[in-house]
Amino acid sequence: MLYYLYDGTFEGFLTAVFDVYYRKEIPGRIVTAETALPLFTDIHNVITAKDKAERVFQGLQKKISQSAIHMLYICYLSEIQDIERILLRYIQKALTSPVSIEINFADDDVLTLSKIYKKVLNERTHLVQFVRFQKTADGMYFALTDPVYNVLPLCADFFQDRYADQQWLIYDSRRNFGLYYDLTETEIVRFEHPPVDLKTGSIVREQQDDDEKAFQDLWKEYLQSITIQSRKNLRLQRQFMPQRFWKYLIEK
Amino acid sequence: MNPQIFEKLKILAEAAKYDISCSSSGASRPNTEKGIGSAAGWGICHSFTEDGRCVSLLKIMLTNHCIYDCGYCVNRRSNDIPRTTFSVSELVELTIEFYRRNYIEGLFLSSGVVRNADYTMERMVRVAKDLRTIHRYNGYIHLKSIPGVSRELVAEAGLYADRLSCNIELPSEQSLRLIAPDKDYQSVFRPMHYIQQGFLESKEEKKKFRHASHFAPAGQSTQMIIGVSPDDDNRILHLAYAMYQRPAMKRVYYSGYIHINTYDSRLPALSAPPLVRENRLYQADWLMRFYHFKVDEIVNETHPNLELEMDPKLSWALRNPHCFPVDVNTADYEMILRIPGVGVKSAQLIIASRKFGRLTSENLRKMGVVMKRAKYFITCHELPAYTIHEVSPERLRQLLTLSAKKKKDDKQLIIHF
Ligand code: SF4
Repeated sequence: MLYYLYDGTFEGFLTAVFDVYYRKEIPGRIVTAETALPLFTDIHNVITAKDKAERVFQGLQKKISQSAIHMLYICYLSEIQDIERILLRYIQKALTSPVSIEINFADDDVLTLSKIYKKVLNERTHLVQFVRFQKTADGMYFALTDPVYNVLPLCADFFQDRYADQQWLIYDSRRNFGLYYDLTETEIVRFEHPPVDLKTGSIVREQQDDDEKAFQDLWKEYLQSITIQSRKNLRLQRQFMPQRFWKYLIEK
Repeated sequence: MNPQIFEKLKILAEAAKYDISCSSSGASRPNTEKGIGSAAGWGICHSFTEDGRCVSLLKIMLTNHCIYDCGYCVNRRSNDIPRTTFSVSELVELTIEFYRRNYIEGLFLSSGVVRNADYTMERMVRVAKDLRTIHRYNGYIHLKSIPGVSRELVAEAGLYADRLSCNIELPSEQSLRLIAPDKDYQSVFRPMHYIQQGFLESKEEKKKFRHASHFAPAGQSTQMIIGVSPDDDNRILHLAYAMYQRPAMKRVYYSGYIHINTYDSRLPALSAPPLVRENRLYQADWLMRFYHFKVDEIVNETHPNLELEMDPKLSWALRNPHCFPVDVNTADYEMILRIPGVGVKSAQLIIASRKFGRLTSENLRKMGVVMKRAKYFITCHELPAYTIHEVSPERLRQLLTLSAKKKKDDKQLIIHF
């Protein structure tokens, strides 16, 4: 089977699509360089090139709407295994079809991608819902997160707008990078060793602001007090607040 | 920090918990000049309590002291419970500190009545005003207006709040007079009217001046308690329908009665809150707001109560077999929405995709249509005709309620916002 290896960026993926057309071949899989490969495979190394990616992008612009292109990017962030292949098939269909295919949900790839799109956006919403900041002794607000899809980049604008007058850092423990906002702009940061307990997400006591513990306790107290015992429904709670988010929730 | 805060928070959150509304939707307030926060335009739930309710706002009372004695209320004068009051600055600090940690979308403040309506409301407005003007806070604020409050205070409240609410609580004036004799419909409907006026006036002004002041941009909401009075669903839903005709009314909430004040013989001794009925009312509410149903199609004189065994849409379909089967490849959107087993999303997918070719039942299933139900109500020129007419509505009723019985636990309240 023919393997395409690329660098894991969206631009790299679009370059791979360009190569598919240029080389007139269809790879069995398009994977990042870290993927373990079987022996004796044909490999093509994709060299990410801005102009090639741009060509594919422009081709798509003639065939589908801006929001459909954005949808492709969001699906790409799902990092689902072989998402590249579904995206490639979609792009091929989009480029050959005389009319836009984007709302033909009777097509399997269109429908599959529309579902993945929703899942990724849901994960983004979950991140926005369940991030809990802890205030540090030097006045920064810190949170650890662990989303299944790579959605932290999609949340930057939201947090920057909402918490514009406080310094904050949200760190993705799974992908080992974070967003840091320093009161003027948001940038990507990486730590060798994040200064937190990766199991609970809490920062060490000495680095906490004096009142941090008190506000965490108040929050827990509040949630207990507003629960209506005669309506208890733990299943419903789990349905709305997936258990995988609990490890970094203060209230859990 | 003052250790008393813990005690106060406990008492005053507990006191506020029966107010169902937690929606933080409907207002979009971008962050201005690096103040704190923004309202997102759609509600964000930050947590869920063990009863499965969304926690979006810090829902709290300013005080649980009250001069009134409403039968259904924990905080009524005749109850012997611990009582306390927050100071304005305590509430402001709590809101801001919770907000900065991404615990909440904002504040939902209500209060027992101390001295009189205006005295109480004034202090509530102070909290909102301090948050907005001193702390440049742009998060969500919902103020519950006190029955009988004056026009001036409503006008001021609207300047700082995103949403205002006045709870009807009881679906008829008779019931109100019996169970909450300190209140009357006038004391609820008048503030409601002031809010509507303020809302409309500010809209008008906005057309003329871009910087006209906001007035409760997320409109108003109200709540009815279900099952405390003998009022039927016909009465409740007609009242809700009439409410939705008002321009500023965004949400009507239905709150299953919880029998707290067991000593009060005017009240029905329910062993558990009527959650199934409450859920059916929310479903009916959805049919009116998103499925283009008229209230008379859902309940009327001859069909005064929603069926508990099935959702109101299925119930309507079974009562109206002549409208089916619907051809999914040709029927208009309105009719597709009415097929049991088809939701708003799948209806939209159907309309979009059928331009590209005939839809098969397999397509429908993948689009999220619940075929187990829908199959009796549709044709797509491939299914063998085994519709409501072949099966007969009576038999179908049995078939579909039987399979639903197994999932009875699911019928607990789900709050849509
Ligand atoms: S006025 Fe409000 S707080 Fe007071 S008893 Fe009536 S419902 Fe309860």
